[in-house]
Formats: sequence, structure tokens, C-alpha cells
Amino acid sequence: MDKLLQHLVNGVSLGSLYALIAIGYTMVYGILRLINFAHGDIFMLGAYIAFYGLMFTSIPWWLVFILTAVITGFLGILLEKLAYKPLREAPRITVLISAIGASFFLENLGIVVFGGRPKAFPIPDVFNKVIRFGGVSVGVITFVIPVVTIVLLIGLNYFIKKTKTGMAMRALSKDYEAASLMGIDINKIISITFFIGSFLAAVGGIMWGIRYPQLMPLMGMMPGLKCFIAAVVGGIGNITGAVLGGFILGLGEIMLVALLPGLTGYRDAFAFILLIVILLIKPTGLMGEKVTEKV
Amino acid sequence: MRDKMRENKKMSSLVILVVTLVLLFILNKTLDDYKLRILNLCGIYVTLGLSMNLINGFTGLFSLGHAGFMAIGAYTVAILTMPIPMKEMNFFMKPMVPFLSNIEWPFLPALLMGGILAGLFGFLIGAPVLRLTDDYLAIATLGFAEIIRVVFTNTQSITNGALGLKGIPNTTNVWWSWGIALITILFMEFLMKGSYGKAFKAIREDEIAARSMGISLFKHKVMSFTFGSFLAGIGGGLLAGLLGTIDPNMFRIVLTFNILLIVVLGGLGSIKGTTISAIIVTIMMEALRFLDESINIGSLHIEGIPGMRMVIFSVILMVAVVVKKEGLLKES
Repeated sequence: MDKLLQHLVNGVSLGSLYALIAIGYTMVYGILRLINFAHGDIFMLGAYIAFYGLMFTSIPWWLVFILTAVITGFLGILLEKLAYKPLREAPRITVLISAIGASFFLENLGIVVFGGRPKAFPIPDVFNKVIRFGGVSVGVITFVIPVVTIVLLIGLNYFIKKTKTGMAMRALSKDYEAASLMGIDINKIISITFFIGSFLAAVGGIMWGIRYPQLMPLMGMMPGLKCFIAAVVGGIGNITGAVLGGFILGLGEIMLVALLPGLTGYRDAFAFILLIVILLIKPTGLMGEKVTEKV
Repeated sequence: MRDKMRENKKMSSLVILVVTLVLLFILNKTLDDYKLRILNLCGIYVTLGLSMNLINGFTGLFSLGHAGFMAIGAYTVAILTMPIPMKEMNFFMKPMVPFLSNIEWPFLPALLMGGILAGLFGFLIGAPVLRLTDDYLAIATLGFAEIIRVVFTNTQSITNGALGLKGIPNTTNVWWSWGIALITILFMEFLMKGSYGKAFKAIREDEIAARSMGISLFKHKVMSFTFGSFLAGIGGGLLAGLLGTIDPNMFRIVLTFNILLIVVLGGLGSIKGTTISAIIVTIMMEALRFLDESINIGSLHIEGIPGMRMVIFSVILMVAVVVKKEGLLKES
């Protein structure tokens, strides 16, 4: 029983991380209809920026984390301006190629700048404590992750539902053309979308670094792919769906390893099998709407 | 008049073919081992580039699963052609399943088997996913390639897991790699002239219009994807026969990226472009290797930066995509 509870806590924690990253995918897809392949690498950049901030500056850790998220947010905007904006009118396949090229560029630039060897993330002492209740003992970070995620989600929900920029964002994802005719500054809204997505990815990257303190330039690839799958499972373009998908994926992965230890090697395959099953049963995802294409 | 033009075109194709064969014959005799290996790689990448161009360029689908299909082809060829005593040496961690450990096939049937298995998996993955839009295909094929890698790493008694396979007979020579490349080029020319080729292009240009004209989208997409996977499997098999050693980590997404680079630089939907760019990119990949390694010129020591080569290639790709949105040698 205690064991099950422990796995449950771990699963929720991992699921929250996936949810944070999946939101970035789903928001960009909602507006530009583009799989931002480089999103996972933005996540990696976030983790590395926090690493350098903690190692080489004397700024307190919480400020480093906030600054990291903001800087990464601006890097997200830069990525959009360089790799996607020139291709706004180009065929979709061209933009997808640009996205995969951007992802590859960031990964290899990571190898050149940060070095290919794994780096140990310097965890602030606060997160090193272990909490025990009953027979369950987990690190502080396991609790911090879901809490931070929930706070950010509430903030994001408020932003999208109640502010004018949020409304513009929703308008843009409903109908790109009509929204631009209504005087919405498309470039600004797209920049803000990339900022938010990259900000959340950086938060995810930092918490990932604390949880699994080993940084590698290619660390963003697998989580990136999985989180895109989480977004698809939940229904791409739908933020609630992305969160739901993230939790399903995180919990599913942990439970698979916990209940069927023989399949541990196949852990990374789980997400992809889930993807194919979902695509077969409900292609629009759990919370996605059916879109009909007009001629 | 038209007949004459066609006649001329046929003649010039024949001339090019003969010149290529003579050139290959001369190169085969004169080049050293290292250069021959690059020449072989060029041929294999022509096949691989064309196979991806069929899917991505001609039919307008976006598949990123090439590494996975190549892995299937490569492992099939490796397992089927490896001599029996060699198998025992390779599988010291865990013996190979008896069903596979006692067979030894000639190269050609093994290569075809590799292609067929890759094509079969292409069909199995394509049939459900191709009903959806391209984006899903991209992510599903990317995922599939990763799954294949994970599975090959874990099936110790079939693929020897992460240790990989060593001592695969080095059957691939210039005639194999370029022979298959030439057959692929000719077949692609033939295919693209026929009704299937026209249907593929129609789907790429406008799915809805193509469907209204009575083209079965699903059938043609699956066909293009399955055949592309088959060719990728053949390419992988040739690669195994050339390198002699394979392991699951060879078939990472980097491999798919290289082929994508070839296709994009050559122009989506251009057979000539893909052929030329496959040769140039393959040679450049080798020529720029010095960027990753340290070199000494006299007393001067230049520290190489690992990863620099791929940074340059990704920048080339990005610039090519952003500046020339249609590719370099686009045919009308």
C-alpha cells in the first residue's frame, strides 16, 4: 500500500513536469498549427542557464530561477523570429523542416558550448530534504513540482480567460485570418505565446534538473517528444487537455515501471505506444474538437 | 518532332548511364579504401535520399522515421548474412535464439528481406497514422524510430542489444551500392512519369482537389510510404554490409536528419537534385570531419570542437529553408 502511494506521488510529480512542457507545444500549435520541435531544446537551455547561474554567480537561487525562466522566454521569442517568422506564408512542410533544423541546431550548439559530458546540477539545500509520512518518504522536490505547476496553471488560466491579450490569443487560435482582420497584432501575440511556452519549459527544465540532477545537451529530446505526445493525447490546441495528457503519461510511465519491472527497458516506448493507440481510437485527442476542413 | 525529342532524351539518359558505369569502374580501380568507402556511402545516400524524397517531396507527407526503417534493414541483413561461428562469438552475453543462429543467407535475399520487413513495418505504422494530417505522421514516425531503437537495445537474444553486431560480411561494394542507386533513380523516373507519380504529386499540391478527382488519398499515401520504407530498409541493409558493425545507437535521429538535409538541399520533389546533393553532402560530411577533431599543422595545434560539424550542417539547413523555400534544384 505504502509502495503504491509512493509510486502515485512520483507519478503525479513527473506528470506535472510533462504538463508544464506540453502546454508550450499545445499553445504554439493552437495558434500557428506548427509542431515546435525545438521546444524540448528550449527546456534543455532553461536547465543549463540555471546551472550556470547557480555555479558562477552569487545571486540567490530563487532569483536565478526566476531570471532563468525570463531569459529562456526571450530565447523562445528569438527562436520564433529567426526560424518561423520568415516562413509564415510558406508551405507547412517547409516550416516543419525549419523546426526540426532549429531543434538540431540547438542540440549541437549545446554540445559545442556546454560540452558533451553530463554536468551535475547544483541543487539548492532546501530541496535536499526528505519528507516522511507513514511509510512513504520522498524528496521535497517531489512535492514542490506539483505545487509550482498548479500555481502556474492557475496564473495561465487567469491570463488566457480574463485579460485582453489572452482573449486575442484565443481569437487567433480560433480563426487566424479573421483575428488579424480585427486589428490584433499577430506578431506580438505570437511572441507572447512563445514567451509563455518557453517560460514554462524553463521552469520545467529547472525542476527536472533538481529531480534528475544530470544535464546533457540532448536531455530535451525525449521529454520534448513525450510532452508533444501528451499534448496530442489530451487534444492538441487545448491547454486543459495538455495538462491531462501530461498527467496520464507521467503516471502511466511510473506505474508501468513499478508494476511490471520486467519492462523497465521499454519505458521510453510507452509514450509512443500510447500515442498510436490514441490516434487509432480518438484521433483528435481526449479533449480535442473535431475540425472539418473547408475547401 | 516529339518522338525525336523523346528519342534524344532516351539517348542522353543512356549516355549518362554508360558514363557513370565507366566512371565507377575507373574509380573502383584507382581509389584507396577510405575513398572507396565514401564513394559507397554516396551511393547508399542516393538511395536513401530518393526514398525520403518519394515520401516527403513527391507525396508531401512528412516522415521522420528513416532511421527506424534503416535499422530494420540493417539488422535483418546483419543477422541473416552473418556466418554461424561469428554469431556464437557475438552473442557471448546471451545465446542467440536457435531459430536465427543456424541460418546463413546470401546477401541479395537478405537485403530484399530487409527491405520487405521495413516496408511491412512502414505499412503497419502508416495505415493507422496516414488517415490523419501530416503533423501526426511526423511525430508518429519519429516515435516509431525511437521505439525500434529501444526494442533493438532490449532484445538481447535477437539483436545482441546495446553491444551491437560485429563481423557482418563486407559484401557491399561499389557495384552493389551504386547499382541499387541507379536502379532506384531509373525506377523513380519511371514511377513519377506514370499515373502513380501524377497522383502522388496531385496529393502533395492539393489533397481536397486530388480527392475530388477520384484519387484515393489513403491508398496512394500508404503506397508511397510503404515503398519509401522499403527503400530505406534496403539502404540500411547496404550500410550494414558496408560498415560490418552495427549497434542500436547508430540509428538515432541524426541519421534521419542527414537524409532530410540531402532532400531539402536537393529540392523537395527533384530526383536529379537529390542525387547530386546526396553526393555533395556525403563528401562534405567526411571533409568537414576535421572540425570535430584536433589537428596539428607543424607546431600549430588547433583544438577541434566536437559537435561543430553538425552545427554547421544545421545552419546550412536552416538557411536553405529560410532563403530558398522551394529547395535548390526544383523541377517544375
